[in-house]
Amino acid sequence: MTAYIIRRILYAIPILIGVNLLTFALFFVVNTPDDMARMQLGSKRVTPEAIEKWKIEYGYDRPLLWDSKAEGIAKATHTIFYEKSLKLFTFSFGASEADKRDIANEIKSRMWPSLALAIPVFLVGLAVNITFALFLAFFRATYLDYSGVVLCVVMMSISTLFYIIGGQYLVSKLLHLVPISGYDAGFDAAKFLVLPVVIGIISSFGSSARLYRTLFVEEMGKDYVRTARAKGLADTTVLFRHVLKNAMIPILTGVVVVIPLLFLGSLIAESFFGIPGLGSYTIDAIQAQDFAVVRSMVFLGSVLYIVGLVLTDISYTLVDPRVRFE
Amino acid sequence: MRSVFPRAILVAAALAAGCSGTPWNYPYSTADRSEKILYSVFVDRPKHLDPAQSYTTDEAVFTRQIYEPPLQYHYLKRPYELVPLTAIAVPKPQTITRGGATYSVYEIRIKPGIHYQPHPAFNPEHLSLTRSAVAGLRSPYDLPGHTTRELVADDYIYQIKRLAHPSLHSPIFGLMSEYIVGLKEYAERLKKAAKPGEWLDLREHRLEGVERVNSHTYRVTLKGSYPQFVYWLAMPFFAPMPWEADRFFSQEGMAAKNFTLDWWPVGTGPYMLAQNNPNARMVLERNPNFRGELYPSEGEPGDRERGLLDDAGKMMPFIDRAVFVREKEAIPLWNKFLQGYYDMSGIQSDTFDQAVRISVEGESNLTPEMESRGISLRTSIAATIFYLGVNWLDPVVGGTSERARKLRQALAIAMDWEEYLSIFANGRGVPSQSPLAPGIFGYRDGKAGINPVAYEWRGDHPQRRPIEQAKKLLAEAGYPDGRDAKTGAPLVLYLDTTSRGPGDKPRLDWWRRQFANLSIQLEIRETDWNRFQEKLRKGTTQLFIVGWSADYPDPENFLFLLHGPQSRAKNQGENASNYVNAEFDALFERMRNMSNSPERQKIIDRMTDIFRHDAPWIGGFHPKNYSLSHGWLANNKPNEMTDAAFKYWRVDPARRAALRREWNEPVIWPVLLALAALVAAVVPAVLSYRRRERMAAR
Repeated sequence: MTAYIIRRILYAIPILIGVNLLTFALFFVVNTPDDMARMQLGSKRVTPEAIEKWKIEYGYDRPLLWDSKAEGIAKATHTIFYEKSLKLFTFSFGASEADKRDIANEIKSRMWPSLALAIPVFLVGLAVNITFALFLAFFRATYLDYSGVVLCVVMMSISTLFYIIGGQYLVSKLLHLVPISGYDAGFDAAKFLVLPVVIGIISSFGSSARLYRTLFVEEMGKDYVRTARAKGLADTTVLFRHVLKNAMIPILTGVVVVIPLLFLGSLIAESFFGIPGLGSYTIDAIQAQDFAVVRSMVFLGSVLYIVGLVLTDISYTLVDPRVRFE
Repeated sequence: MRSVFPRAILVAAALAAGCSGTPWNYPYSTADRSEKILYSVFVDRPKHLDPAQSYTTDEAVFTRQIYEPPLQYHYLKRPYELVPLTAIAVPKPQTITRGGATYSVYEIRIKPGIHYQPHPAFNPEHLSLTRSAVAGLRSPYDLPGHTTRELVADDYIYQIKRLAHPSLHSPIFGLMSEYIVGLKEYAERLKKAAKPGEWLDLREHRLEGVERVNSHTYRVTLKGSYPQFVYWLAMPFFAPMPWEADRFFSQEGMAAKNFTLDWWPVGTGPYMLAQNNPNARMVLERNPNFRGELYPSEGEPGDRERGLLDDAGKMMPFIDRAVFVREKEAIPLWNKFLQGYYDMSGIQSDTFDQAVRISVEGESNLTPEMESRGISLRTSIAATIFYLGVNWLDPVVGGTSERARKLRQALAIAMDWEEYLSIFANGRGVPSQSPLAPGIFGYRDGKAGINPVAYEWRGDHPQRRPIEQAKKLLAEAGYPDGRDAKTGAPLVLYLDTTSRGPGDKPRLDWWRRQFANLSIQLEIRETDWNRFQEKLRKGTTQLFIVGWSADYPDPENFLFLLHGPQSRAKNQGENASNYVNAEFDALFERMRNMSNSPERQKIIDRMTDIFRHDAPWIGGFHPKNYSLSHGWLANNKPNEMTDAAFKYWRVDPARRAALRREWNEPVIWPVLLALAALVAAVVPAVLSYRRRERMAAR
C-alpha cells in the first residue's frame, strides 16, 4: 500500500503543476499586472507611478513565464509563474494582494467555521440519506416507496438558494427560532449552525437519497439476497447486514472523495449565513481579483481532491476484500 | 405520555435561551444586551485601516472613529463647515515668497493633554520582541503593560512622512507631492534608505515642507496656493501616527500574524479597535484615554425640532461599544434590522416598497409597518455624481464642432433621467443640472439652477424639454430622423458599460429606448471593469457611464473632472471625458485658488454655462441616500463628508431590549405540527412492516 500511495503522490505533482499552469493562464488571459494593480489601488487618484510601485512590491514587474534577459536558471526563476505559483508546492502561500493578510493564517482560522458547518452536514446528511434510502428500498414498490421517490424528485428539483432563503424566512424571520445569520466561536456557534446544517442536509437529501435507494434496490435483487431470505433471515437482517455492506462500495466512491474538500467550505451557504469560512474567502478573492488567494485556494482544492481520490482507493480495499492495489 | 415530548422541547428551548427572556434568535452574547452598544454591519471587509492608505467608505467607518486629524466637519451645520478637532483652530494659510516662488504655510497648533489609546507599543519593552514572543500572541493586546503618551506635533509630521513611505501605497501621495514642498524628493530618498526587513525610522529623515515648531505646533509648506488643503486636514491621511506604533508593528513575525497598522490602528479618537476579525466581526471599544468632547450646541434650522440638539453641551461619546457584523447578503441584513438586531440600515431596491412609500407630491415617507416599529427615515443627497460621459476625442460625438455639439445637446434632452431614477433607483436621486452636487458652494437651486439646454422652468419645477426639440437639434446636427443627411446611413452610437449581468438587461434596454426616441441606434459594448478602464485610459470609448464621489465639499472637487489638463487619455487624470475648453480651463485655474465669495460664484456660473453649452456629459444624477434607524438610536444625522459620527450617537438599551423581545417571540406550534406530521407519516410504514412480519410468520 505504501508503494501505491507514494506512486499516487508522484503522479500528483505533474497534475498540480498543470492545474497551476491552467489557473495562471486563465487569470492572466483576463488580467494584466496593471489591471491587478488598479484593482487593488482603487479607481480614484491612481497614478502610473503608483501602479509601477505596486507591481514592483508584489513582484509583478517580472516576465510571466520566461525572463530572456536573465542568466542561467534565473531565466525560469525570475518570473511571475515561478515566484507565485511554483512556490505553492512548499505550501508557502504568501500574503493577500488585496489586504496583505497572511494567507496561511487566514486559511488556518477560516478552516474551522467551514468544518463546523460541513462536517455535521456531511455526517448527519449521510446518515439521514442512507436511512431514508434503506426505508424506501425496504418498502420498494409500495405506495410508501412511490411517495418517497416523488418527494426526492421534488426536493432535488428545488434550488439550494430557495432552501436557504425560504429557510431563513420561515425559521428565522417568521418563527424566530434561530438567528438568521452570523457566527461565533466555540459553543456559541451552535445556534448559528442549526439552520444552515438543516438546510444543507435538506438541499442534498433528494438527489442522494434517490441515488442510494437505487443502489440498495439493485443490490436487493441479487442472488445472495434471495439466498439469505431463503435461509430464513429477517428482512431487516438482510437489509442491514448484507445489502447495506455491499451497497457501500459505490456510496464510498462519491462520499470519501469529498471528505478532504469539506475543508474548503460552501460558497453559497457561508455567504448567506455569514459564516466566515473558506468558501466565502474564495468568493471574496475572486471578486477582488486577489490572485494570491485564488491560486492558493485552487492549489489547495487540487491537493485535497487528489487526497480524496487516494482515500477512496484505500477505502475500497477496506470494504471490498476483492480489491487490491495491484 | 403523549404530552411529555412537546413539553420537553419547550423546557429545553427555554433552557437554551437561558431562561432570561432573551429571544431565541438573539445573535449576540446575552451578557451585552443591556449595555450601550451600537450594532451595525459591514458588507465588504476593509482592506486598509492604516490612515496613510485607507480611502474607502467601508474603511472610514472604522478609521474615522479611531484616528483624529487636526480638523473635522461640524456634525450638524449645513453647508458643511470645518471646525477644529485636535487643532486649536482651523489654520489660515500665510503666503510667502521665496526665490521668486510663492508658498502657502499652514501652521497647526494641537491642543495639549490629548492622549493615545492604551497600547503595548507605548511600552518600550515591547519594541524589541523576539519572534517567539510574537508567535504566541493572538492579538497585540495580549501583551501586558499597555500604556499611553501625549499626542505631539511630531506624530502628525511622522504621518505626513508616511505618505511617501516606499512600502505604503498612499492614494494621495501623487496629489500631495505636487503641493507639499519636498515630498516627491523625500520619497526618492526613502526608497534609497529603505532596507528589506528593517524598520525605516522616518524621524531620521527630514522632510523640507513639514517642520516642527514646538511640541504642539507644526508647519506645512505648500507650493503655490491650494485652499482645498484644509479639507485634507479633516481626513485620516493627516491623522497622527506615533513612531512607536510604526516600530512596534515592524517587528519580525508581526506581519505573519496579521499584526500590522493596516489591521490594528492606534489613535487618539473616542474608540479603539478591540476585536478585529474582518471576516466576521469588528468591535470598537470606548477609548478610556479619550479626553471627551462636547456635543454641538448649534445646528441647521429644524435640528432642534428633530431632537438633534437635545444633548447639546453634553460630554461625548455616549456609546460604549460598537459591534460590526459582516453581512454579505442583503436579505439577512434587512431581516435582522427588522428584528431589531441592527440599529440602522440602508434600503435595497428589493425592500424599498416595504420600507418607503412615495406620496403624490413625490415625498418619501415610511410605510405604516415601519412607522409602527418606531423606525425613522433620514435622506440626504450624496456629494456624488453619476453621468453619461462623452469622449471628447471621438470624431462623432466629441469635439468642438457645431454638428457634434448639437448632437450632444439633442441627446441631453432625450435622456430621461427622471424616468431612469424612477425605474431603477426607486426615485432615489436628483437629475443633475450641472457638474456640482447640491450643497456644494456654487450649486444653484430652483429656476436659476436649471440646465436650459435640456430643461425649461414650468410653474415651480424644471421640466425636460419636449423630444421634438431634441429631434430638431439632431436634424440641425446633420442627422434628420437619426440618419446621416449626406449618406443616408443610420446613426449608430456606442455605449461602453460594465453592466453585463442578466439583471442589467432592463437597464440596457432602457438605454436603447432612449436613443431610439431619436431614431438613433445604440450599440452597447459590454465589458469587464479592467477593459472598461483601459478604454477610458486610451480614449477609445464613445459614450460611457462613470461616477465621482467628492473628497471634500468644494466645487473644485467636481469641476476638476472637466479640467483639460486632467484628461484621462492624455495625462491619466480624472477628466474621463477628455473635455477641453480653453475658457473653462482658465476659469478653473482662477476659481480653484479662491475662497468662497460672490466673485467665485460668478466664475462657477460661467463655467457651468460653458459646460451646459458644450454638453460633454449627457446629463446624470446625484444619488439620494436613504437611511433607516430604530427609535432607540438618537442624534443620527446623515453627513456625506464624514463617518466620524459614532461619538454623537446615543442608544437606549432598555427600550431596545424590550422591543427585541416583543418582536422576536418564538413561535413553536408549527414545529410541533411538523413533528406530528412526521410521526403520522411513519405510522403507515410501521403498520405495513408489522403486516409484513405477520405474513412471514404465516
